[in-house]
Amino acid sequence: MLQFTNTALAGLVLGMIFAAFALALVLIWRSTRILNFAQAPMAVLTTYIALVMIEDGRPYWLAFVVALLAGLVLGAVLERVVIRPVEGKPDINAVILTLGLFIVFKSGAEVIFGTKLRTYPPTFGIRGIEIGDTTIGITTSDFFTIGAVIATLVLLVALFRFTDLGLKMRAAANNQEVAGLLGVKVGAMLTLGWALAAVVGSLSGLLIAAGGLVQPSYMDSIVVFGFIAAVIGGLESPAGAVVGGLLLGFSLSFVSGYLSAQLVALVALGILMTVLTLRPGGLFTATQGRRV
Amino acid sequence: MLTITELTAGYGPITALRGVTLTAEQGRITAVLGANGAGKTTLLRTISGLHRSTSGSVTLDGSTVTRVPAEKMPALGMSHVPEGRGVITELTVEENLRLGGLARGRVKADDLNRIYSLFPPLDERRHVAAATLSGGERQMLVIGRALMARPTLLLLDEPSLGLAPRIVTQIFELLKGLVDNEGLTVLLVEQNARSALSVADHGIVLNLGQVVADDSAATLAADDQLRHAYLGF
Repeated sequence: MLQFTNTALAGLVLGMIFAAFALALVLIWRSTRILNFAQAPMAVLTTYIALVMIEDGRPYWLAFVVALLAGLVLGAVLERVVIRPVEGKPDINAVILTLGLFIVFKSGAEVIFGTKLRTYPPTFGIRGIEIGDTTIGITTSDFFTIGAVIATLVLLVALFRFTDLGLKMRAAANNQEVAGLLGVKVGAMLTLGWALAAVVGSLSGLLIAAGGLVQPSYMDSIVVFGFIAAVIGGLESPAGAVVGGLLLGFSLSFVSGYLSAQLVALVALGILMTVLTLRPGGLFTATQGRRV
Repeated sequence: MLTITELTAGYGPITALRGVTLTAEQGRITAVLGANGAGKTTLLRTISGLHRSTSGSVTLDGSTVTRVPAEKMPALGMSHVPEGRGVITELTVEENLRLGGLARGRVKADDLNRIYSLFPPLDERRHVAAATLSGGERQMLVIGRALMARPTLLLLDEPSLGLAPRIVTQIFELLKGLVDNEGLTVLLVEQNARSALSVADHGIVLNLGQVVADDSAATLAADDQLRHAYLGF
């Protein structure tokens, strides 16, 4: 029973981390129809900014906030300077571009911060919670991770569902020309979409780093699972990203806990193929095809 | 009132509009007619700022709006309903309407209610995804959405496209009512010349980017030679 509980809790935390990364991908896909392969190294850069501040003795949460703000600026600047020129060009241009950014940012991080493993302090305690005289496999840091991802999801859904700004962002994402004719500043909405995505990406980087070891490639193992989570969820819906992340997190945790850790990648592929076979648009897609 | 003087526009080496001059009087429906490729859609797109003109000027109610970006037009009183309707299918009916009203800053409940009373079918389907609407309902939605910005000038591109004749009549009658009661100015692009001339006050015929006729709708409809040569009825 304890093993089952601990495996489930580990799956929950893992799923939330996948979800945070998937949320960042979904935000960019929604607003610009681009898959941002550079999401991971962007998050690495902002996490290192926080780490350097902490190592310099600055307050932990100040560093945390600065990293998020750095993500906001990085996302906005990238969209304006690098992505804007390929807007409206064939989709493959943007894909190649973000792959190129992946390499540039990752190499940049290696040059600036070195490849040495460094310790990133945890957000809160890393001791398991004690219930009676058993210690279960979830920590206060894990609670923070779960809470932060849920709060992010709630804020994003509220933004898109209930605010005028969110409505304009959705309109700009779905039909740029019509949105422009209705007075929506489409360019500003796309920049904002990238900026928000980069903030969420930075959050995922910080959550993964906290309480562990950091080097410029520390996000690499998350990238594939984050992408799978986003695709399972349908790439369109923030809720889908979280459900996709949790589905993947629980499955992988149980596979590695009860079967073998070697099978994890295979099972992830299996889940992806099953979902896409049964629902080609992903679990949370609203429309089965786009009529233009 | 919309005044266009010597407007020229094109796509690379191809000239689509050659010195088009026309006026759309306040409180009137002006129909722009002509065959495929005559430049009708380019004319609307150039007026609303979606397409850049190479020369000429566009004046709306006395102020020059030549080459003003499309996204600034709704605030200046111009609403353009593009060809193919342009419903944002992922949004609900009400979200589409609200979006139209945001051009004025905030969406007023009065404005929404006015549109729902003009188009009762939309009232019944407020919170339904716009993707599920029929062709006629979509046309109502985009016109209603444009009206949410309280425009003085409405540019309509082929509103009859793909609709049953009964629905076309219904929509044209509604437009006529808005023009008569509220002084709205309408510039209507149509291939369906017969329907357009039945509702319009004034007509302009384009051929290969040039104005070949500019007269009252009744005169144009009575001109057999013109009808056979350019209007196909």
